Amino acid sequence: MTTIHIDNRPYPAKDGENLLQECLSLGFNLPYFCWHPALGSVGACRQCAIKQFRNEEDKRGKIVMACMTAAKDGIRISIDDPEAREFRASVAEWLMVNHPHDCPVCDEGGECHLQDMTVMNGHVYRRYRGRKRTFHNQDLGPLVNHEMNRCIQCYRCTRFYRDYAGGRDLEELVLRNQVYFGRHQDGVLESEFSGNLVEVCPTGVFTDKTLKRHYTRKWDLQTAPSVCVHCGLGCNTIPGERYGALRRIRNRFNGAVNGYFLCDRGRYGYEFVNSARRIRQPLLRKNRTEPLQLASKRDALQHLGEMLSSGVRAIGIGSPRASLEANFALRTLVGGDRFYLGISERDFRLLASIRDILKKGPARTPSLHEVELADAVLVLGEDVTNTAPRLGLALRQSVRRQPEKRAKKMDIPLWNDHAVREAMQKEHGPLFIATVADTRIDDIATCTFRGPPAELARLGLAIAHALDPGAPQAPDLSDAARALAGAIAEKLKAAERPLVISGMGCGDKAVVEAAANVTWALCNMGRPAELCYVVPECNSLGAMLLGGGSLETALEAMDDTAADILIILENDLYRRGDAAMVDRLLAAARHIVMIDHIEHATSAKADVVLPAATFAEADGTLVNNEGRAQRFFQVFVPEGEIEGDSRSDTPRDIPGDIQESWRWMRDIMVAGRGDERQWSSLDDVTAACAAAIPSLESILRAAPSAAFRMDGQKIPREPHRYSGRTAMHANISIHEPEQPPDPDTALAFSMEGYPGHPPPSLIPRFWAPGWNSIQALNKFQDEVGGPLSGGDPGERLIEPMPGTGKKAAYFKNIPAGFEPRAGEWLLLPLHHIFGSEELSLLAPGIAELSVQPYLALNPEDASDLGLAAGDEVQLRLKAQGDAQVDVTADGAANAAATTAENTAEIFRLPLRFKPELLHGTAGLPVGLADMGNLAGIALPAWGELKKMEKGKV
Amino acid sequence: METPLTHNISPGGEPPDLAQYEKTGGYAALRKVLGMAPAEVQAVVKESNLRGRGGAGFPTAQKWSFVPMGDDAPRPKYLVCNADEMEPGTFKDRLLLEGDPHQLIEGIIISAYAIQADVAYVFLRWAYKLAARRMEKAIAEAYRHSYLGKNILGSAYSLEMHLHVSAGRYMCGEETALLNALEGKRANPRAKPPYPQVSGLWGKPTIVNNVETLCNIPHIVSQGAEWFKSLSRSGGGTKLYGISGRVKKPGLWELPMGTSMREILEEHAGGMCDGYQFRGLLPGGASTDFVTAEHLDVAMDFDSMQKVGSRLGTGTMIVLDDKTCPVGMLLNLEHFFAQESCGWCTPCWSGLSWIEQILQDMEEGRGRASDLELLESHTRLLGPGHTFCALAPGAAEPLQSGLKYFRDDFERHIHEKRCPWSRT
Amino acid sequence: MLSEQEMREIEVHARHYPNNRAVCIEALKIVQQHRGWVSNEGIADVAEALQMKPAELEAVATFYNMIFRKPVGKHVILLCDSVSCWIMGYERLREHLGDRLGIRPGQTTADGRFTLLPNVCLGACDHAPVMMVDDAHYQDLDPARIDEILASYQQEEKREEEKPTDGNTADS
Ligand SMILES: Cc1cc2nc3c(=O)[nH]c(=O)nc-3n(C[C@H](O)[C@H](O)[C@H](O)COP(=O)(O)O)c2cc1C
Ligand code: SF4
Ligand code: FES
Repeated sequence: MTTIHIDNRPYPAKDGENLLQECLSLGFNLPYFCWHPALGSVGACRQCAIKQFRNEEDKRGKIVMACMTAAKDGIRISIDDPEAREFRASVAEWLMVNHPHDCPVCDEGGECHLQDMTVMNGHVYRRYRGRKRTFHNQDLGPLVNHEMNRCIQCYRCTRFYRDYAGGRDLEELVLRNQVYFGRHQDGVLESEFSGNLVEVCPTGVFTDKTLKRHYTRKWDLQTAPSVCVHCGLGCNTIPGERYGALRRIRNRFNGAVNGYFLCDRGRYGYEFVNSARRIRQPLLRKNRTEPLQLASKRDALQHLGEMLSSGVRAIGIGSPRASLEANFALRTLVGGDRFYLGISERDFRLLASIRDILKKGPARTPSLHEVELADAVLVLGEDVTNTAPRLGLALRQSVRRQPEKRAKKMDIPLWNDHAVREAMQKEHGPLFIATVADTRIDDIATCTFRGPPAELARLGLAIAHALDPGAPQAPDLSDAARALAGAIAEKLKAAERPLVISGMGCGDKAVVEAAANVTWALCNMGRPAELCYVVPECNSLGAMLLGGGSLETALEAMDDTAADILIILENDLYRRGDAAMVDRLLAAARHIVMIDHIEHATSAKADVVLPAATFAEADGTLVNNEGRAQRFFQVFVPEGEIEGDSRSDTPRDIPGDIQESWRWMRDIMVAGRGDERQWSSLDDVTAACAAAIPSLESILRAAPSAAFRMDGQKIPREPHRYSGRTAMHANISIHEPEQPPDPDTALAFSMEGYPGHPPPSLIPRFWAPGWNSIQALNKFQDEVGGPLSGGDPGERLIEPMPGTGKKAAYFKNIPAGFEPRAGEWLLLPLHHIFGSEELSLLAPGIAELSVQPYLALNPEDASDLGLAAGDEVQLRLKAQGDAQVDVTADGAANAAATTAENTAEIFRLPLRFKPELLHGTAGLPVGLADMGNLAGIALPAWGELKKMEKGKV
Repeated sequence: METPLTHNISPGGEPPDLAQYEKTGGYAALRKVLGMAPAEVQAVVKESNLRGRGGAGFPTAQKWSFVPMGDDAPRPKYLVCNADEMEPGTFKDRLLLEGDPHQLIEGIIISAYAIQADVAYVFLRWAYKLAARRMEKAIAEAYRHSYLGKNILGSAYSLEMHLHVSAGRYMCGEETALLNALEGKRANPRAKPPYPQVSGLWGKPTIVNNVETLCNIPHIVSQGAEWFKSLSRSGGGTKLYGISGRVKKPGLWELPMGTSMREILEEHAGGMCDGYQFRGLLPGGASTDFVTAEHLDVAMDFDSMQKVGSRLGTGTMIVLDDKTCPVGMLLNLEHFFAQESCGWCTPCWSGLSWIEQILQDMEEGRGRASDLELLESHTRLLGPGHTFCALAPGAAEPLQSGLKYFRDDFERHIHEKRCPWSRT
Repeated sequence: MLSEQEMREIEVHARHYPNNRAVCIEALKIVQQHRGWVSNEGIADVAEALQMKPAELEAVATFYNMIFRKPVGKHVILLCDSVSCWIMGYERLREHLGDRLGIRPGQTTADGRFTLLPNVCLGACDHAPVMMVDDAHYQDLDPARIDEILASYQQEEKREEEKPTDGNTADS
């Protein structure tokens, strides 16, 4: 800390930090455009001009850019200086020279940084009389809208897209006052982080195209702090609602997790909430042969009550995409021994293994922010950009850590962004990527390695062995693999913060264990190694901590006990397991109760379907891959279909039948057993859950309880400028409707309430006087760019075992090397950011970008089969058991024993070439729509391939 | 009078080839240097007070002294010869490039040796086709005779030299933008610090020097610092002075540094053309302040020109006569600058095009009284330090002095609602 | 795809730089030399050869003055419009050239022979006004001199047209 003098008063500042950041941290309203806390300074816009004086005597001073000047002890500056003010006002005037006067129709209006800065600079009158320059706009795909006339040439877009996120198709074109930020030609933006342009651009050049279709001003949106449900990373979001529909998602800064950026799946997946496939009303059939019929909530519950009170036993199947509270409520309903997690046995074992490694091993799991700080990384088996996209963006930052040290040695401050990049050139720190196929971050990898999971695991074991000869070695390794393992070991050993990333993506427990061996070998050497596992869903780890069994064990239980009722929570089982197995499971139940928010193959088979709230309509706790418990809050009260007739005169603000899953469970318990209502609000469920499961004890601290008040008031979900509340229902009733109560949280569905800053986990939007854009976030941090004031939200549930001095014991399962089989191919899972995830696929924008089902082969294998690109392939799966790649030392024998049963189902898929696939392996996309019975197949699996005769099946 | 830079140059003729160049003492300086320590070479140049001829007049040896030396210095190190010469009214480096390429090459090699550079680039303006051919040929000759390449003349020193022909933009002449252009990028300038001497081309230590600066080096090394200083009337060495506009004999001359403007205008250029009166001149290219008749006796050197509110710049003068509209001339200049703005910083890309717009309005009879104040405020607002690089401040110089010296002419445009010089 | 000749020329320059990217400006100029201008196809070809993205090349191509992203005529006339030439009568020459060719600056004659482009200072201010036609400089211009120069290009072309076509180009 040093002292700087601003307008003749001393202030503490961070030595060497740029003055703009320091002034903002001190609370001054110094305008800026090109600077961004995550992107650093480049000095382009000249908006942050201040006066700098040589000493106390110097009264003239000189104009400098705050963002390009380091805070040094004793430095004297003025923000208020008339010349500095005049210059800043001129910058606003220059920027407005070409800017259209379209605020009233501009999508950015009301949350526009340019608007804010123009006002802050006091620029009011237009003096420029010339014509404005105009541009053609480009079609950039379904997610981002382009309106170039609004551009102020601050270069933030390309600096984010190209420099920060590694995108190569958005550039600066032309020069002078004609710089055009766009693509070479119209076309979908290639980067999976393109949506951040919407927030990075300080004007309305890049705006949310999905919002445009159901546009609402920021001040008319009802918002709440939320957590993304589209992968396992748990990025923090701010969804916004108006008139019962979700309108958009914005990033919610969490310094430990997503920071300033989201991926496009997370930003644009939200439209599933508005999907036509939403279940909005209970459905019921008393007889399996009849179709499901709309039913009232009362009838549905009564029916369920009757079923349950007849003494039959129920089995509950939970879900990794449902909150802890929802899962716990089901577990309470059916009893802990009859609660299953709704995932395949294969996934169950993988997740259990990850849970145990993290809980019992010596390595710490890093937050996403800590991933960015790692200076040497090994990725084992995970295609991160497609399975946990934001992690890919984090790794693009970690490869900068080692070269940055060189820049630092040259006395270049790290905020001096271009200077650092020029000094570093294309140099990247160590990043090794071992995966089944190409990944989207190979361009920054030191080295890549391709092979089926067994080979990846063996490479991992070899690295661990190279680090610590006490770790088991994989025999018969090729010289090349051994040399690579040695090289990777060297780099990891030499790093200050080595990191290993793995996960469930390639479906192999040996890979998960090998990653642990590498990290533990480092830990055993006293290195502060971290271990990050990617898990597929927003609450995968939470569900695992809750406990329960797999789908397969549920099937056994059904067979054993002939349970009558199967209650399924927020889960399409056909995406979880082999269709035949799921069929058997469902067939074994006399009654199937489905509680979910979207229709799917499983809900179609249910006897009772109850409309569950989505993340936007409910509150709850999710545990991300880091083991961080985070609370998401209800954004709006869903309008259910009112009984019988949706056109009835009943006021629409009466809550409909959609409700939180945990409330359904409670209601079922009450209806079925005549139980006392044991829970009346979310806090009751959370508390019960924390009390019942010791490892979840601290979820209570993830956010303040419903009783929490600021100055005796709740925190309003609606901004104070929210408009139209008295008018929006005037066609139904001219009386101003009472705002819905919220017994579950400290937030209110209203614009009334505490006007100041709430605690970090309860921030429903970023706004500050004079700062209507997302840049208002600066006011919510003590140190701009640092954590939220009061600490970043979330409670870490998993910390490594305190050092007992004992060395971690390595996993000893060594998979045999991959052997191609004659006439058979090992089908490997290929993930797609757009398409592999169930819910986001229901968003039209994401669906448009999703790939169609295909089968991938390397060209040589294809030509051996007589296949050319674009041909159709016939795929016949070998029996599931055979696919058990959960290979132990005697794996071969294991596999042979289970080939008896054969599903014999035949699929046809168009062929794609993937040259990096090893001979004898093929790639199959995961989770796409229209995959039919392939949807639930656990990959890797063996299959037979044949050229499809034209026209035949 | 000695003219070391041009004594080998016969305008319109062929340049000396390597043998001819050697015959007049060429490459002797290089031979001498190879027996000296790099620090000794830097010392001689320091002693000579040589200041950069690219426009800013930065002391050359001082610039070199920031390059990390010694075994642990980052490698490779680069020396770049700035032969972009795109400033309107400037045509001095072209003579040196076309007329005596080996002199430049020798200067580059010696300078590269002084900072122990490994690779040298000549960054040449695209329009200089003849210079490109001649430089190419001379570089090849130098390689053949072991003046370039591995172990120059059997010494331990090696240097590669390449010619890079630009694709055209005034910005490329700015030394950090030039580095981006060489790297195959858009020629936006870079932030300083870090200076190129520390982090330059591809992040490595780099020196950028002007053609004329480098051509002086062999002579300084062979004849000594004292000799060099004695060449000038003030400041050190000779200078290529040029003049264009309505003068009898526009041209380029090598004269002692510190020769007065009047001497150049009246003696060497023969005075104004018949029927034309002198009104003012831009002393050192388009980005310098106007001077008027009262300044003509000032010596054309760095310090004296600064004292009268202008700059030596490139030393090539552009003369404004009484039959030419000063507002039109400024419009032409500002159009150039606005058009060549790289688009990086706001005052430049937006301010300059606004200035151009106002001047255009004035020329076409749409000027308003308030425009003068707007123009004036712009010349202040585009001052040094306000913008990212020196392009926009350079553009402000002729405008601010033009507003001062030709105020009446501006006002006439506004009052008469037309350009008084226009034929219509 | 780049022609073999283009590829060879690019490779020669590539040796002067430590990476591919640095040669991209030269590569665009080479493509332009051979094809007259840089089309979208030209951009794609260079991108492929240098492992760059079209957008990255576009960013560079549209920055520099002498890379033509639109078709130009057989000869490109670059008339200096900067200060010294302006003082010495550039505007008159611009009108004159425009009249003779029947085009305005920025346009190409209907027969595709000439493109007229205004251009910044060509570095021969002591011989203003100045212009370049393709690679040749012309100085101390006046309308009569311009007529001569245009005529010489027309004659040269006539000579070329009169040359008997050789067998190779007859059909291909
Ligand atoms: C817009 C702009 C254009 C410039 N053009 C040139 C140029 O064409 N040639 C040149 O030598 N210096 C030019 N300079 C100056 C260079 O930035 C740099 O100062 C010079 O090359 C250093 O060489 P010197 O130290 O030998 O003078 C330009 C500067 C600016 C701001
Ligand atoms: S498009 Fe937006 S981010 Fe990009 S330069 Fe323009 S205003 Fe800045
Ligand atoms: S924010 Fe400082 S120059 Fe743009």
